[in-house]
Amino acid sequence: MNAARAGILALLICWAFAAGAEVAVPPLSGRVVDQTGTLSSGDISSLTQTLKNLEARKGSQLAVLIVPTTEPETIEQYSIRVAEAWKIGRKKIDDGALLVVAKNDRKLRIEVGYGLEGALNDVTARRIIDEVITPRFRNGDFAGGISAGVDRMIRVIDGEPLPAPARAQTSTSSGNFDAFNPFVLFAIFIGGAILRTVLGRLIGSIAAGGMVGALAWFIAGSLAASIIAGLIAFIFTMFGNSLMSSGTGSSYSGSSGSSGGFSGGFSGGGGSFGGGGASGSW
Amino acid sequence: MRRLWTLLAALATLSLTNCGYNVIQTNDEQVKSAWSEVLNQYQRRADLVPNLVNSVKGFAQQEKDVLLGVTNARAKVGSIQATPELINDPGAFAKFQAAQGELTSALSKLLVVTENYPQLKSDALFRDLMAQLEGTENRITVARNRYIKAVQDYNVTIRSFPSNLTAMAFGYKEKPNFTVDNEKEISTAPKVDFNPAPAGAK
Repeated sequence: MNAARAGILALLICWAFAAGAEVAVPPLSGRVVDQTGTLSSGDISSLTQTLKNLEARKGSQLAVLIVPTTEPETIEQYSIRVAEAWKIGRKKIDDGALLVVAKNDRKLRIEVGYGLEGALNDVTARRIIDEVITPRFRNGDFAGGISAGVDRMIRVIDGEPLPAPARAQTSTSSGNFDAFNPFVLFAIFIGGAILRTVLGRLIGSIAAGGMVGALAWFIAGSLAASIIAGLIAFIFTMFGNSLMSSGTGSSYSGSSGSSGGFSGGFSGGGGSFGGGGASGSW
Repeated sequence: MRRLWTLLAALATLSLTNCGYNVIQTNDEQVKSAWSEVLNQYQRRADLVPNLVNSVKGFAQQEKDVLLGVTNARAKVGSIQATPELINDPGAFAKFQAAQGELTSALSKLLVVTENYPQLKSDALFRDLMAQLEGTENRITVARNRYIKAVQDYNVTIRSFPSNLTAMAFGYKEKPNFTVDNEKEISTAPKVDFNPAPAGAK
């Protein structure tokens, strides 16, 4: 009885701590996420359009987040968590930037991805905050401050030579196929054994090699890799003697590597952040 | 015979993955890259210091002690060879951390002093340097956080069964992590003093 009571007490304490924990990162519902209702829907749609144009023109992703407060964290801690969760900016190019406003704390921060740290460096970000955004915020003009700040950020980003945006959003999921992954090897082993018993050794091996090669070509998209994979499968099936191939054929289902592209909604491209940028208050 | 060899090869491959050898490799590499980023950002801060000291010197010549403190701490940081191998030597790691902590406290003393010079605070060059310093300090925090997480993953792998056996066989040891620099200062409650300090304020 006592133990149960203690257990419940411990659980309650855990819940209490969980409830008192840091502000949750909001879902990335669009390029402009306003949790305070500060911006009108017209402001949001025009801002979103501006940011969308930037992505179409330069490939860079920019997002705006307005929260009531970041307590108990500082705005720097909160915004890096948001940046790590949203992953805006293109993968490997890391050309994302985030404008976080904590309205009740009267604090704001521009968080800059690795790829933009050259153009939108700390000094520039600080100047944008001090000279463009905060004077307007002091007058209560939040929509004006944010859109002016975003415009200035865009102008800075436009001056930076970045790789051109991808036109047709080809799903570049290369290298997901690891021929030396033991599970793949195992699947080839079993599949090859079945093929061999059904078709005979030589034909079965050729079939297994061909199938694995074709599959590898589909997934990895590289002809050399697929030929090597096919050869490995061929040798495996040819010389590996039947190893209890009585099980129900564990059919090898290749991981469908097509990641859903941008369809209507907005999602981060996988950019990473390292804490660059500047903070300010008004 | 052939059957035996294929079986053995398959078992060897599977056992290597099961014993966590590959996981240890991955974690070890993550720790290394996280550490490189920490070094990178500390280097960035060290490069900023001379400019900062020069710009303060122009306005606040009389704060010689504070400026000397920063310069000395900077020199000490520079004298420690910051190599990636540092993380395999807990003693050298502690020394590195102490030196960087000293520079941190010297810099914060300098920032307190600059509050007394309104002219300096409105100087454009100084403001730019401050923005860079703040950004760099934040980057250091982020890099340290990531290093702490990477080391945590690595140490958990090394200490949990069965990968601890693999780690022992291949000689992978636990890596040191960052600790709080000023443990004593934090554990004592801050004293609030409303009497204006006579010295310093001019």
